[in-house]
Amino acid sequence: MSMDLKDKLIFERSRTGRRGFRIPEADIPQKKKEDLVDRRFLRGGETALPEVSEVDVIRHYTRLSQKNYCVDMGFYPLGSCTMKYNPKINEAAASLEGFARLHPLQPQQTAQGILELMYELTDKLCEVTGMDWGTLQPFAGAHGEFTGMKFFRSYFDKRGENQRTKVLVPDSAHGTNPASAHIAGFDVVEVKSDQNGLVSLDELKQHLDENLAGIMLTNPNTLGLFEKEIAEAADLVHEAGGLLYYDGANLNAIMGKCRPGDMGFDVVHLNLHKTFSTPHGGGGPGSGAVMVKSKLEPFLPAPTVRKKDGRYYLDCDIPDTMGRISGFYGNVAVLVKAYTYILTMGSDGLKKASELAVLNANYIKEKLKHRYHLPYDKICKHEFVFSAEDMKEKYDVSATDVAKGLLEYGVHAPTIYFPLIVHEAMMIEPTETESKESLDHFIEVMEGIADLAENNPEKLHEFPLSTPVRRVDQVLAAKKPVLRWKKE
Amino acid sequence: MFAYLPHTDSEIKEMLADIGVARIDDLFADIPEKIRFKGQLDFETGKSELEVYRRLHSLAARNKEAVSFLGAGSYDHIIPAAVTALGGRTEFYTSYTPYQPEISQGVLQAIFEFQTMMCELTSLDVSNASLYDGHTAASEACALAVNSTRKTDTVLYSSTVHPYTKQVLRTYFNDLPVKLVEVPEKDGVLDTSAVKEFMNGQVAALLVQSPNVYGFLEDYSGIADMLHENKSLFIISSNPMSLGTLKSQGEWGADIAIGDTQPFGLATYYGGPSVGYIAATEKLLRKMPGRIVGQTLDEDGKRAFVLTLQAREQHIKRERATSNICSNQALAALISTVYLATVGKEGLKELSDLNMQKAHYLAGQLTAQLPVKLSARQPFFNEFTLELPCPAQELVSKMEQDGFFAGVPLNMLHPDYPENLLAVAVTEKRTREEMDRYIVSMKGALK
Repeated sequence: MSMDLKDKLIFERSRTGRRGFRIPEADIPQKKKEDLVDRRFLRGGETALPEVSEVDVIRHYTRLSQKNYCVDMGFYPLGSCTMKYNPKINEAAASLEGFARLHPLQPQQTAQGILELMYELTDKLCEVTGMDWGTLQPFAGAHGEFTGMKFFRSYFDKRGENQRTKVLVPDSAHGTNPASAHIAGFDVVEVKSDQNGLVSLDELKQHLDENLAGIMLTNPNTLGLFEKEIAEAADLVHEAGGLLYYDGANLNAIMGKCRPGDMGFDVVHLNLHKTFSTPHGGGGPGSGAVMVKSKLEPFLPAPTVRKKDGRYYLDCDIPDTMGRISGFYGNVAVLVKAYTYILTMGSDGLKKASELAVLNANYIKEKLKHRYHLPYDKICKHEFVFSAEDMKEKYDVSATDVAKGLLEYGVHAPTIYFPLIVHEAMMIEPTETESKESLDHFIEVMEGIADLAENNPEKLHEFPLSTPVRRVDQVLAAKKPVLRWKKE
Repeated sequence: MFAYLPHTDSEIKEMLADIGVARIDDLFADIPEKIRFKGQLDFETGKSELEVYRRLHSLAARNKEAVSFLGAGSYDHIIPAAVTALGGRTEFYTSYTPYQPEISQGVLQAIFEFQTMMCELTSLDVSNASLYDGHTAASEACALAVNSTRKTDTVLYSSTVHPYTKQVLRTYFNDLPVKLVEVPEKDGVLDTSAVKEFMNGQVAALLVQSPNVYGFLEDYSGIADMLHENKSLFIISSNPMSLGTLKSQGEWGADIAIGDTQPFGLATYYGGPSVGYIAATEKLLRKMPGRIVGQTLDEDGKRAFVLTLQAREQHIKRERATSNICSNQALAALISTVYLATVGKEGLKELSDLNMQKAHYLAGQLTAQLPVKLSARQPFFNEFTLELPCPAQELVSKMEQDGFFAGVPLNMLHPDYPENLLAVAVTEKRTREEMDRYIVSMKGALK
């Protein structure tokens, strides 16, 4: 039997001579390409790009789309990913031709609308975070972290404190934190969490010396716990001459309730694709906007948007700038969506969103903590972490098995095996856009999986059965990499 | 009322009771009093969809349009309706990173197809799932080169690389033990005879760009061999639209190909999102930055796709990582994939050729009719640089009055360029009528 059409690659649907798009007729005299450029510049080989019709293209990618789970289909309890609903008005606004057709190098007096939007967005993000100004250029969270670390570096270089090369990162931090600090030229020192899952001031004090550049923190942390001693920690770091960096992955817990700037942070990165509802797009494009206190403004990446005499402009005249971090001004379409969201929600709506995100997380936690081990049993913020360690010992059911069980029942899995400080971690973040029924359904499914783990763990090992593909062989993929299709 | 907050008051009460607290504020009791935010955030409260849309519409309307001859890294190409339709499917745009392959085959397969297309275009072996943009891709490519070659600490780059790429490179490397050295240009292209003088045992790679910042094509005959004899790598950045007609990076002997797929189905959108692409020889695979999708089998022996070779990535290696990339421009890469499928093998060749034909028509007419000339006598693709008898910014302002974005004054990209250089891009979208009016407008502006 030949392969089902729906499982083919686009290349396998190709038929020589088939076309999918009509190119406009040339309305100028045509020359042979050899007469335009010398033969040595011309391509020799053919490509194996597909030859398909528009109908083929539409059916192929529509069918692919149906093999994909998404927020518009259902619940995504992914910890630290804030998979909230992506409002349709955001997409409608971002599709406006007046934005989409803008060229990054067109005269700035013809781009006043987008510059005003970027200015206003920066201003509002500063208000939410308690910071003074910022940049919208970073393309993603990790890119924002890198930019944040460049603020650190530029600040210390300017002060002649080049010896400050040490950045502290808690063991509960997002994996990109140490990587970002490292590629920005810092030495990373891991700080152990205490028995309550928080950064301990005693441990912190051991690292405060003349080499300290600063610390990267998430608050609430990746266990969903609020770092209560943050103000004291900030004082200690500042007294030692260091700076504090806030990883904004978990900002959805605290909007309108407290602000990183008031906690003592000097640099904040935000994930507009999390907290501010822009879609994840299957892994991007996102936006990792970075906000700073005024003492770090001189080091902003160039250019930054400013306003003067009622006109908005891109300011390149930043003598102490860290340099340029993106080709142009970041993922601008994402900025339009985030701005639309902030207007829709307003100051009251953002606060309410955080309140309900925290309510939802605590509700699931309390309902399920008798069935799943909760290593840190206290009030959480927008997320919390279960451990499947005991389930694994007793029934040989791992966090992966629980995750695959959820897939079988039509729910996305939580973030698993993260944070690293919890074994067999299952990190659950429901977000505020899920209704009580949606949470109750999830709770019911999770209880069913816990029952199965006790009574019929074999079944869980087989799951999922009804997804487009079943568990895949990761070892084979890595051992014999097949990373592209090849013409036979 | 908030349309995205589904909780009724009675549900909130029930949930609080189940949790065992009286009020929502009790759930925030762990935030110390002294750092609580007690006021109201200082901006307007929520609005209806109609009010929000009107506000956004009025902002969009304040941006002005004109017939565009702008390029310098972002180009106004046709976007087929089928591409827009598929890019707008919520199954793609509201999905998460495909960490759960069983329910993410759509995005995974599309990215596998993207990787294949990038390998085909560049004539190289392996591609990743995409990077942020073409400029940051250059930094990642140089880091890849330094990490893949022994005892090297120097990256050479051509003076003719886009100034923004150079600036991004400097920012990326200036706190790392890597030296960046510029190789000079001659007559608007890399001075290939000078490359040799810069070669030594520390050189990890040479980064070049063709079509370069002026739009000119560079002849790399012999460069790859020279670099490889020195155990250095060759990195070529190219506008991928040119690859439908012009020699690919692999054909020039490059080890790493980079660029930006914005011309493939993505709106110029004030510079982003676009997609950085990177492809390389098989040998460099294990040091490749970013996500990679691989083919494998599921438990029933059925073909399936999965994120693979993750041991390279930051979330495994943490502070030992050589790149912190933890995402890709997935949706934008998917749109470029759909674009390439739609225009297809023959369509891309024709489009690429049409771009070159139109740019040559305009350049020929302008230099014949007006007191302007090409800034150097070099071949070009769909963009060229004019030397004007006046400052380019002045000309641009005047021609804007006639409804044209005349081009990019090069001193906008970097103040060191002479003020009379204007980069002009011509895509397949520009009609003969528009070009003829452009010539008349420029004639008037030069008077």
